[in-house]
Amino acid sequence: MDFQSKSMRMNNARRTATNYFISGLSILATVLVIIPLIAILFYLIYKGASSLNLAFFTHIPAPVGQDGGGMANAMVGSGIILFVASLMGVPIGIAAGVYLAEFGRGKALATAIRFTADVLNGVPSIVMGISIYSLIVIRQKHFSALAGGVALAIMMVPTITRTTEEMLATVPHAIREAALGLGVPKWRTAISVSLRTASPGIITGCMLAFARVAGETAPLLFTALGNQFWSFKLSEPIAALPLQIFVYAISPYDEWHRLAWAGALVLIVMIMVSVTLVRIFANRGVLKGGS
Amino acid sequence: MSSTRMTDERNTRSSPTAPPILSNPPASFAQDSAPPEVDAAPSAIRDFLRKRGSGRLADNSFAAVMLLCACSIFAIVLFIFGILVIHSRPSLVQFGWKFFTRQAWDPVMGDFGALPFIYGTLATSLLALCMAVPLALGVAVFLTELCPRPLRAPISFLTELLAAIPSVVYGLWAVFVLVPIMRDVLGPFLVKTLGWTGLFSGPNFGVGLLTASIILAIMILPIISSLTRDIMTAVPNSQREAVLALGATRWEMIRIGVLRNSRIGIVGAIMLGLGRALGETMAVTMVIGNHPNIGKPLFAPANTLASVIAGEFSEATGDLYLSALIEIGLALFLVTIVVNAIARLMVWAVTRNAPARVH
Amino acid sequence: MGVGILVEDLNAWYGSNHTLQDINLHIPANHATALIGPSGCGKSTFVRCLNRMHETNPIARATGIVKMGEVDIYKDASPVEIRRRVGMVFQRPNPFPTMSIYDNVVSGLKLNGFRNRRILDETVERSLKQAALWEEVKDDLKKKSGASLSGGQQQRMCIARALAVDPEVLLMDEPASALDPVSTSKIEDLIFQLKSQYTIVIVTHNMQQAARVAENTGFFLNGKMVEFDSTHKIFTNPKDKRTEDYITGRFG
Repeated sequence: MDFQSKSMRMNNARRTATNYFISGLSILATVLVIIPLIAILFYLIYKGASSLNLAFFTHIPAPVGQDGGGMANAMVGSGIILFVASLMGVPIGIAAGVYLAEFGRGKALATAIRFTADVLNGVPSIVMGISIYSLIVIRQKHFSALAGGVALAIMMVPTITRTTEEMLATVPHAIREAALGLGVPKWRTAISVSLRTASPGIITGCMLAFARVAGETAPLLFTALGNQFWSFKLSEPIAALPLQIFVYAISPYDEWHRLAWAGALVLIVMIMVSVTLVRIFANRGVLKGGS
Repeated sequence: MSSTRMTDERNTRSSPTAPPILSNPPASFAQDSAPPEVDAAPSAIRDFLRKRGSGRLADNSFAAVMLLCACSIFAIVLFIFGILVIHSRPSLVQFGWKFFTRQAWDPVMGDFGALPFIYGTLATSLLALCMAVPLALGVAVFLTELCPRPLRAPISFLTELLAAIPSVVYGLWAVFVLVPIMRDVLGPFLVKTLGWTGLFSGPNFGVGLLTASIILAIMILPIISSLTRDIMTAVPNSQREAVLALGATRWEMIRIGVLRNSRIGIVGAIMLGLGRALGETMAVTMVIGNHPNIGKPLFAPANTLASVIAGEFSEATGDLYLSALIEIGLALFLVTIVVNAIARLMVWAVTRNAPARVH
Repeated sequence: MGVGILVEDLNAWYGSNHTLQDINLHIPANHATALIGPSGCGKSTFVRCLNRMHETNPIARATGIVKMGEVDIYKDASPVEIRRRVGMVFQRPNPFPTMSIYDNVVSGLKLNGFRNRRILDETVERSLKQAALWEEVKDDLKKKSGASLSGGQQQRMCIARALAVDPEVLLMDEPASALDPVSTSKIEDLIFQLKSQYTIVIVTHNMQQAARVAENTGFFLNGKMVEFDSTHKIFTNPKDKRTEDYITGRFG
């Protein structure tokens, strides 16, 4: 018995061929993408690892023409800026996330805030830089670590808000009901039950936001400015790791290039650790048991 | 007030509730209902809990603070907009709308127009999209539909990682690896094979529009592919099975069951990539050559909205120069807001009803 | 000791859905009262209206009078105050996953600001004994997480948690529906023990369970309470045809 006419069989052969062809294309695309990306990643790690030494962590930049030197002041400067940024960005971001997850369910206002946070996330970081320049630097008439911190804080808020909300959404409603059913007020339930249950995820989410802004250069160009020397004052221009990488990368000196690679590795390691942790918490879910 | 009432009430509570039942309970219930003696000890707990207030004030103030923080996100957007408008006033007044159609960029004469940067931004972003989108879609299709399970997690982890690497690090790599490749390998190759199109003429120093587009493509690829993957994962399996049940091949299933159902979201994901490309600053600044050109060959240096700000802001002297740069920032802000808003709406339209990814 | 509950003209809505219609009921103190009926009949909504838990859902609202002893729970007190006097056990065990067994049991006290260590210790022991879980967990009260127990143990821990605040009323919303038969019978024994000290309202879809533990039973259907009487009467000689159909299994 022949169920299929000749033309149908031809047609089927063509369909099968198309199928294999497209599958092949998509595998090819993946290979074309993955291999160079892995290559870039390993190149960065390789270059960074071969450039890194102890002096990088302990010395400030050497004058032009001299060997050695490090980025100690830039790392401390980044630390100060990020501390200022976290001090402002983390509480506001978490609180906004708590509002979205605990109070705003189904409200139009919450949808609008969520939407605005997502859109704000896509605003180029250089725009934050010139806004803060216009707000703080022009008024104070000098560049400062504080201005850099504020610029980064603004960038942290939407990310932390959305992560907090997502992590709180993984806390089962039944657990909140358990607390509310015991007569625990809503604010206490939000803090001691919802936030506490979701805290591993929220903490790593904050780490990821932290690591991301740690690599931001554009918002610092006109706020923190950079500094070749030690500075610990919030009111003065301060060095930052990504700024230093930028300056050294476009400089003509080999020794500075080496330092730039080493700095890039430090940033990459930070990113890797936080992305890995977030992934672990997101996959495992925030909690075990207690449906 | 009410809590006091309740405390008083505790002593009299049994009075109105004499049980009206079971004058003659059936044997099955009566058998061991001799109740164990109750100790009155824990009343300390009752007393304590009755005296706790309703917590209404704390609840309301907590909710208000949370709401305030949430609304700060609106405030941030409005603040950025406001401050950029205020500080770009001199330029807004001087050039008006023509600012965006003028080609001149002459800080010495105080003559400014944004057209070269608009051109540079659009050209680099669109070129980057042309390179990144087909590859990103291929990767997403592979990851959701074809990829063997054990490979899935590491590959998506890698894309997530690459999406998080800072711009300046990509720039560093581009300066020392991509630029030499462009200058010595890829550039000559393009001249030889596609030189007849006229796109690849002129001197090639390795830095320029094309190099910037390539680094942009590399940077937005992970973003587009991971978003597209999320969107395709959100397509319910029943859609796939329905198509397969009709005897479709795998590709037909992907085309009809998956891509057709998620096309709005995929367009949204591409637009999110576009939004990122439009505003990308550091890596582009480091390899684009920073010169306001329009319509030159792809090897020629150019400048984008973001890179001109990064490159010239700190040396801008005079109010007009500075305000022109801030106006460029304002334009960039508005454009990325619009692009991102449209893109988000498209992505939401597809993924909103899907089960949350973290679960 | 518990208090009785008087319900007058209780109506409840979820959105535009009229889920409870004109419920009038007198739940006697220190007895177990069972509410039976097919799923979706409003019995769960009803118990949630007794401690205002329905208000946690923004689209839900209720009208009518519910008096707990002499307190009109909708007029005289806030939801928080009412819920502190009423223990609730949910359909599925819902321990706090980040807390130890000890902290789970006294969470209603600690989260409400109670700090007296001695009384907390005593309360843990008393409530776990009442919930017949003490012997099984007394050695790792602070070592083990509440979520590490088995399902049946978790549910008994949730009962202990509800008892720890020394409530006057205990509401149980299908407390055994997610459990295996052995755990179920343990929970039923428990209810039998507890009902002399607390006013217990238990929602169940299991008619044998109602017959085993409750003195009184109410039958709910489509948001209305069809019949309320002693359990014996309901199961042997119901007045309403619909009740009879339901308990004899002739129901759709």
